[in-house]
Amino acid sequence: MIKRVWLLPWIGSLVSLPAAAAWDVNITPGATAISREVYDLHMTIFWICVAIGVVVFGVMFWSIIHHRKSRGAEARNFHENTAVEILWTLIPFVILIAMAIPATATLIKMYDNTDADIDIQVTGYQWKWRYQYLGQDIDFFSSLTTPNEQIDNEAPKGENYLLEVDHPLVLPVGKKIRFLFTANDVIHSWWVPDLAVKKDAIPGFINESWAIPEESGIYRGQCTELCGRGHGFMPIVVEVKPQAEFEQWLADTREATVAQAASATEEWSLEQLIEHGEQVYNTTCAACHQATGQGIPGAFPALAGSPVALGDIDAHINIVLHGKAGTAMQAFGAQLNAVDLAAVITYERNAWGNDTGDSVSPQRITELQQ
Amino acid sequence: MDTTLSQTVGTTDHGHGPAKGLGRWFFTTNHKDIGTLYLWFSLLMFLTGGCMALMIRAELFQPGLQLVRPEFFNQMTTMHGLIMVFGAVMPAFVGLANWMVPMMVGAPDMALPRMNNWSFWILPFAFSLMLSTLFMEGGGPNFGWTFYAPLSTTYAPPSVTFFIFAVHMMGVSSIMGAINIIATILNLRAPGMTMMKLPLFVWTWLITAFLLIAVMPVLAGVVTMMLMDIHFGTSFFNAAGGGDPVLFQHVFWFFGHPEVYIMILPAFGIVSEIIPTFARKRLFGYASMVYATSSIALLSFLVWAHHMFAVGMPLAGELFFMFATMLIAVPTGVKVFNWVATMYHGSMTFETPMLFALSFVVLFTIGGFSGLMLAIAPADFQYHDTYFVVAHFHYVLVPGAIFSIMAGAYYWLPKWTGHMYNESLGKAHFWLSFVGVNITFFPMHFLGLAGMPRRIPDYALQFADFNAVASTGAFIFGLSQLLFVYNIISCIRGGERATDQVWEGSHGLEWTLPSPVPYHTFSQPPVIK
Repeated sequence: MIKRVWLLPWIGSLVSLPAAAAWDVNITPGATAISREVYDLHMTIFWICVAIGVVVFGVMFWSIIHHRKSRGAEARNFHENTAVEILWTLIPFVILIAMAIPATATLIKMYDNTDADIDIQVTGYQWKWRYQYLGQDIDFFSSLTTPNEQIDNEAPKGENYLLEVDHPLVLPVGKKIRFLFTANDVIHSWWVPDLAVKKDAIPGFINESWAIPEESGIYRGQCTELCGRGHGFMPIVVEVKPQAEFEQWLADTREATVAQAASATEEWSLEQLIEHGEQVYNTTCAACHQATGQGIPGAFPALAGSPVALGDIDAHINIVLHGKAGTAMQAFGAQLNAVDLAAVITYERNAWGNDTGDSVSPQRITELQQ
Repeated sequence: MDTTLSQTVGTTDHGHGPAKGLGRWFFTTNHKDIGTLYLWFSLLMFLTGGCMALMIRAELFQPGLQLVRPEFFNQMTTMHGLIMVFGAVMPAFVGLANWMVPMMVGAPDMALPRMNNWSFWILPFAFSLMLSTLFMEGGGPNFGWTFYAPLSTTYAPPSVTFFIFAVHMMGVSSIMGAINIIATILNLRAPGMTMMKLPLFVWTWLITAFLLIAVMPVLAGVVTMMLMDIHFGTSFFNAAGGGDPVLFQHVFWFFGHPEVYIMILPAFGIVSEIIPTFARKRLFGYASMVYATSSIALLSFLVWAHHMFAVGMPLAGELFFMFATMLIAVPTGVKVFNWVATMYHGSMTFETPMLFALSFVVLFTIGGFSGLMLAIAPADFQYHDTYFVVAHFHYVLVPGAIFSIMAGAYYWLPKWTGHMYNESLGKAHFWLSFVGVNITFFPMHFLGLAGMPRRIPDYALQFADFNAVASTGAFIFGLSQLLFVYNIISCIRGGERATDQVWEGSHGLEWTLPSPVPYHTFSQPPVIK
């Protein structure tokens, strides 16, 4: 497509940006057969539009140049011509049919969700993604890891600024993956350009889509349906690995889940809980309640000095586990494990001047969850 | 006694001027006064919505959060869209219709003058209510101008109720305006002004008015369903109660797609008036223009779900909406070809209205091309909800609808005020706007294709350069509108006297009237040959 080279020096003098700056002007051909087909379709339509544009604007500018009064042009007196008018109704119609045929073929392929090797349920949450490998005992959340200091311009921005997560979705090469999309709160949309998959994740609905990634690599995408204040901060990272590495990853992840469950029965000191709780808080809670615990007046309540964080421990645990109906406060009991829950509640009761000294044990959480 | 007298003397008695003081504006039933009110209101809203756009562009000038927080950013994108659609573009077209339709069909006024007063005066209240939400606890609407449920219901700030009432009021105003325009065109045409002699601006407005009557109640319905969900425990859009969030989108876009044609059909009409005037040649294919406009209007009811290709419709649904949407390119193409054929072998001059009209043809067509690309469902999965869509609809709305309004304003200002506007200033305004608009919106195509989602307050580093370019263009475009305001005001205050015909190539009833137009016109119907 068009290279706007002439803009470069001008803009260069306007802003100085990190080296990651790029002038990408087109969609990616991507990493699947379907994504390449979509790319070809896109380019075909683009060039058809360019061709029509050249003809129409050509005639228009030719008239503007030659049929101007200052050149002594006299207006002719014609104002209809049935043959011409029928012709320029029919020609676009034929062009459209020519465009519709390959588009229909591609769409039919994209809708063939049968014979998948792996089924993954993707659930949108405000503002993170949850991936459940159906029948594989794997279930995890994937949240943004870009630190707030980078977003607030207090630290230099990293290479994958806003496109990095703690736990990427891991997929094997060459297998047909079927995605099942749904959402927990509002509508989200899961988009990875390299897989040419964009599907809305809608509460109460299950949508389907599929992809066969052909090359190993890391592919990044973002949520594409406005879902609240964190809409710009819930990226998608897909790591495609060869089959053997994928299986290793499956085994490791399962092992880690078991180890985590075991840690829920261990003894945790107050310091350990607070330390771990701060991490959990910053990835899970800070989007609304803010890293300072001050919340956002009118939208999200402050935790610093709040009656919940300073009051009855079980009531505090209850809100975190089950959410608060009619507000944006989610039920985190289903999202975090007992250790994370215990740690984050302990942190909330001891941070920002909430010096209660209370410590919540993972065992207490497990008890209340039963 | 007086009544009998004025009936016998006919209309000569009605030469009185406007009332004195502010009362003139509050109580007026004169179509010219109400047209003026609509146009000033729309200009004010255009500048308000423009400031919000500049706030958005300033935040997006560089990656990172610099000026506003994400929650306020979302309120700005929402309000910018709502104000521009309902406050700037729609009232501007109604204002132009109020001024021009009676003069073009040879009528003394609008058919329902008191209702006309009411339909305008609802608007300031509706928009005060809507803008006041920005100062409420929890902030104003932050769910985008398309307000998809459940983000706009269960998860909305409390101010959403005020937003719903504001939308209701705007709907009432639009419906009354539309009824008035239809009644005027169908009943008050001068003898001999047959339907197929109507100027195209009148034709496009007649069709637009029917669209408004058809879809504004749908909008009222959908916001009422939201109100019920929020306050009365219903579950229209709440999956947990057996409702359906996708239903919201179907109902909304059944309103929303005709709505985008409501914002472009009158623009087609204005451009179809201006191009023949400055090409000094009759409009090519008048009849086909009328048929094309009607087919666009009919098709607009059959394409709503092309805004929803990613919601997971069944294959048959996707295909139907893809084909129907592509079909719209045919009548739209006919219109563009007709405009070009009108210019062909004309005798063109390039005054400000013509410059705006010509750039309308080019830039609207570019918006049409990206629209055609978006219609291709499999490719739309890569475009949907990215900046490519933002580029597309800004190309059809800014250099489309808004340029046509500016073209119309420059075209008719001499008729309204009796003075010529400052031509060099008008041209400067045009060129700055033209350059600004393209610097702002062209790079957005690239941003979208490269993967930048819309409605995000912060973005990954690979999008930084084009965002900086777009923001620069936005400030050029935004600030150059001050020239427009200055030019209008100085044209009202004085300037070279305008002739009755104003433009060498102008034809039509409105140009037979004196400039400035007297307060009452066509008290006796003109004779149409």
